[in-house]
Amino acid sequence: MAVPLSSQLINLFAALLLLIAFAMLSQRRVLSLINLYALQGLVLALSTATVAYSTHQEHLYYSAALTLFLKVLLLPWILHRLIRRLNIKWDVETLLNIPTTMLLGIALVIMAFNVALPISQMAGTFTRATLGIATASVLLSFLMMITRRKAVPQVIGFLSMENGLFFAATSATYGMPMVVELGIALDVLVGTVILGIFFFQIREAFDSLELRHLERLRED
Amino acid sequence: MTHTTGILFQLAQSIGVVLLAPLWLGWVNQWRAWLQNRKGPGVLQPYRTMGKLFAKDAVLAHNASPLFRATPYILFGCMWLAAAIVPILATDLPFAPAADVIALVGVFALARVFLSLAAMDVGTAFGSLGARREMLVAFLAEPALLMVFFNASLISHSTSLTTIVGVLAHRQFALYPGMAFSGVAFAMVLLAENARIPVDNPATHLELTMIHEAMILEYSARHLALIEWASALKLLTYTTIGIALFLPWGIAEAGDWGALPLSLALLAVKLCFLGAALAGLETLSAKVRIFRAPEFLGTAFLLGVLGMLNYFLIGA
Amino acid sequence: MRIALFPPIDIVLIIIACWLALGLLSLFSQRSATPVTRWVMPASALASGALLAAGLFALAQPPETAILPLGLPGLPFHLRLDPLSAFFLVLEGGTSFGISLYSAGYFQQRTPRQLGILSLEYHLFLASMALIFVADDAYLFMVAWELMALSSYFLVTTDHEIGEIRAAGYLYLLIAHIGALGILLCFGVLHGAHGDYTFDSMRAATQTPFWATVAFLLALFGFGAKAGMLPLHVWLPEAHPAAPSPVSALMSGVMLKTAIYGLLRVTFDLLHVQVWWWGALTLGLGLLSALFGVLFAAVQTDMKRLLAYSSIENIGIILVGIGLTILFHAYDMGLLAALALAATLYHALNHAFFKGLLFLGTGSVLHATGERNLGRLGGLIHRMPWVALLSLVGVLAMAGLPPLNGFVSEWLMLQAFLLTPSVPHAYLNMMVPIAAGALVLASATAAYVLVKFYGVVFLGQPREPRLGQAHDAGGWERAGLAWLALGCILLGLFPVFVIIALDNVTQSLVGQGLAASASAHGWFFLTPVSPARASYSPVFFLGVVLLVVVLTFLAVRRFYHGRLRRGAPWDCGFPAQTARMQDTAEGFGQPIRQIFEPAFKMTRQLPSAFDEHPHYAVSVADRFWHALYAPTARLAERISGLIGLIQHGRIHLYLLYSFGTLLLLLFFVR
Repeated sequence: MAVPLSSQLINLFAALLLLIAFAMLSQRRVLSLINLYALQGLVLALSTATVAYSTHQEHLYYSAALTLFLKVLLLPWILHRLIRRLNIKWDVETLLNIPTTMLLGIALVIMAFNVALPISQMAGTFTRATLGIATASVLLSFLMMITRRKAVPQVIGFLSMENGLFFAATSATYGMPMVVELGIALDVLVGTVILGIFFFQIREAFDSLELRHLERLRED
Repeated sequence: MTHTTGILFQLAQSIGVVLLAPLWLGWVNQWRAWLQNRKGPGVLQPYRTMGKLFAKDAVLAHNASPLFRATPYILFGCMWLAAAIVPILATDLPFAPAADVIALVGVFALARVFLSLAAMDVGTAFGSLGARREMLVAFLAEPALLMVFFNASLISHSTSLTTIVGVLAHRQFALYPGMAFSGVAFAMVLLAENARIPVDNPATHLELTMIHEAMILEYSARHLALIEWASALKLLTYTTIGIALFLPWGIAEAGDWGALPLSLALLAVKLCFLGAALAGLETLSAKVRIFRAPEFLGTAFLLGVLGMLNYFLIGA
Repeated sequence: MRIALFPPIDIVLIIIACWLALGLLSLFSQRSATPVTRWVMPASALASGALLAAGLFALAQPPETAILPLGLPGLPFHLRLDPLSAFFLVLEGGTSFGISLYSAGYFQQRTPRQLGILSLEYHLFLASMALIFVADDAYLFMVAWELMALSSYFLVTTDHEIGEIRAAGYLYLLIAHIGALGILLCFGVLHGAHGDYTFDSMRAATQTPFWATVAFLLALFGFGAKAGMLPLHVWLPEAHPAAPSPVSALMSGVMLKTAIYGLLRVTFDLLHVQVWWWGALTLGLGLLSALFGVLFAAVQTDMKRLLAYSSIENIGIILVGIGLTILFHAYDMGLLAALALAATLYHALNHAFFKGLLFLGTGSVLHATGERNLGRLGGLIHRMPWVALLSLVGVLAMAGLPPLNGFVSEWLMLQAFLLTPSVPHAYLNMMVPIAAGALVLASATAAYVLVKFYGVVFLGQPREPRLGQAHDAGGWERAGLAWLALGCILLGLFPVFVIIALDNVTQSLVGQGLAASASAHGWFFLTPVSPARASYSPVFFLGVVLLVVVLTFLAVRRFYHGRLRRGAPWDCGFPAQTARMQDTAEGFGQPIRQIFEPAFKMTRQLPSAFDEHPHYAVSVADRFWHALYAPTARLAERISGLIGLIQHGRIHLYLLYSFGTLLLLLFFVR
């Protein structure tokens, strides 16, 4: 079977996304986490551009450019600034040890692939195989949010989950209408800014960004 | 090709690999030296070292058993066998059906177990330390290695190296993310199994960081020379397995004598490049603590598994 | 052929009778041990050899049956010798031949009285196992099963003066009976029409999927308890070290296989359908057992406990094979099922040989040094070269290294694993390869364990001065060891013959054989599916390595020299080297303890800087014991406490109970 090059490229990007999701899952340092997030954005932008090129859909180019600007440049920059200001470049503590998390991750991937299999077989697009990977990235990001103690990695997990969803959208349906994408982009941006403000508030209140401190719900 | 020429070719290949293995090690070391701003001893240095060692009188500990003396020869024999099985120039090797990739792993395991036992034979603190660490790295590396082979066999429906190479070399060119993952995993296993940085340091004699060197501390003269030779052979064999799995293009088909020169030239180019790449990789990374090795090899396993899952999803 | 004059099943019965007679005979020798060791044991070995021959012959024959007019009136014993039984008889005969030879030397130091009883129990044990393999009805099977459990219990408690051994025996008996209960219930579910308990009518009856599942789960539980499957394994590391070494070898080599036999018999012969998830379950439990066993083996400090844990590992590998077979068979993939089954049986046979060999090897070490603790051994290769050499064969075989036998079965198993992507089930497709990774982890860790075992016991310097007086094994012991080592080598070098011999077994169980495809390339190359898929030639393998070794040796002598000087060990120039500085068993296991820490329940006692007598101690316990067994034991105790309430010691009350029961029964039965 001759698979067109663009399709191969998208498969490659999908695989890279999965790899990055795992790398994020195993990463101990906040700084590298942000860099990985930026890399994920870059791969996403590239894959969107590839889809745009192969299907000749103009608006996907804009979408790719938006991804590039927002997720590779702006958000990482904000996050970098944030951790510099908060002075939290040190290692992130994880709730579960890394190998266990990895094994859980593999189990999630297997589940995601199997869940996505029937859906993607119905879908007619040539990028259907990537739906499973998109689902897996979403689940892995979720797992990352669950296993981190600190607030900043959780936010990055949230952001990378959005990346996974975005990838699902481009690969399964060739992207959403531009308005929706713009809306989501704005949401993410505002969300990050608000969360950034929250970080400062949390730290002022507790002297630390550990989410443990938020577990006490009542004042006593 | 008739049977006799096949066997002759086979013999020529294995002898060639055995004789050239130290040269390639020299090439890697030379690149390491260059990358670290040293002049380097030249690519022929391993031969000189071995020549010197062969000429010396062997010194053996009082309580060394026959196992200790036999091990260097067994090691060398195992590596020779491995070198004879891996297809590097052409896919038809009459001896290749003797062992597939899994059996090849078995060959390496056999050599490793003998070396570890020999390391414990004299009963020094370093010997058993090295044996313990070597076996540790090995049992963590083997699952990752199997995942890599699993991936290759998924594509080629075979575990026989000649078949794998035949299928991989002649299929349509395409991007195979699964194979890329496996390739990285294989590279990590190669570093770990051949006592290279970041798992072990071939140039160290610091007691706390040694693995391979700690095992062979008690060896001297011809025994040591054989072990060094076998190690060089192992490194080259691993690399040629890597070439066979991930860069098989240009290998000569069965009976196609005309393609041999091209295949040979390509092999030389690949080896030169990979030697430099290996040296670069080693220069760029730092040796990790021994208890970080599980994480390193766990990552290799993960990559292997991801490559395999990719195959199921994407079909590559 | 001469042997054809007698049907093999008669020969088997004669051998069983011989064993019983030998056992009884040895009771008469109260005054001297010599008759037992000099005549009874070698005769018993001869019987084992005959069993091996009969089994080999019967492997190629169609099934034959016999009826023994023994047992309860109207319920004669049914016997049947089919290829599966024959295979396990071969396993028993081959292993026990070596073990009995060895016992002839090993038991010489026992007092005559002890020896008489020991020999009786030993032969009862052998006979009951053979009887299990040929039983063709549930009654005989259970009778033989209980006989095996009891005789082995008495063998385990041979040295019953020691409290620990009594405790181990008790635990063993308890779990054996819980398991037997499972088997009994399984046969109850399977019974044929009109409450008929012969296997024939069980075969004829068809089960609904629900009851078939119930029967399978009961069988897995019951036979799993005997095999040492997780989480029913706790008796194994206690009972095996407690028994005398030849008995440990028999228990580990043959007795555990009776459970494998039973599981195969129920799953593939008595039940007609298989459901895929049975296979997944068995595979999962097998993997857990394999990993658990090998990790615990790595941290043991007692030779025999180490081997016992490694038996759990090997049983795990065998269960993995059974799981794969069920999986393939459930999806009607005959050839692959045959491959997995052949790998399973092959591994069972291999395990019997190498584990028997190693247990006997530890017996010789124990005899020579009186020491089972790895921390007090070392350097025995100089004092006991024969035992060391033969044990090396066992170690290499068990570590799964080519060209010995352990490698062949693991290789076949991996080949079966590599074919799982053709299973039409997406989840399994993706999960099973990872299971293969876990299996490789287990077998590679086994190599670690065996380097530790061999290195600490036989290599290095003696850790105690009195090890210098250790003596090598005697002639009988050597003969037994050599037989088993020879078995390891031959089974490793000529796998094609084994596969051909297994053909009838796989034909009868999964309806397809492997012989045609495996021997397509002649006996030289083993090609389980097709030559293009995979091939392996151990003879070639060994040939090349040996040739290169010899040529290298000669070349070095020819071109250089063979000069040699002896000196003190170098050890990086450290002068004050003592035997105490070598790795202990604890030290060698330390990386495993560290990496797999969550798997163990560890208690450490670390010295502080101010201790007058610094002391380090670490003990590793089984989490299952605390999580599963201790609560169960407490529960049982509480319940029995409640039941104890009705016990008053007053005879009137007891009579009242009986009376009440009688009335109740009369009321209900009418």
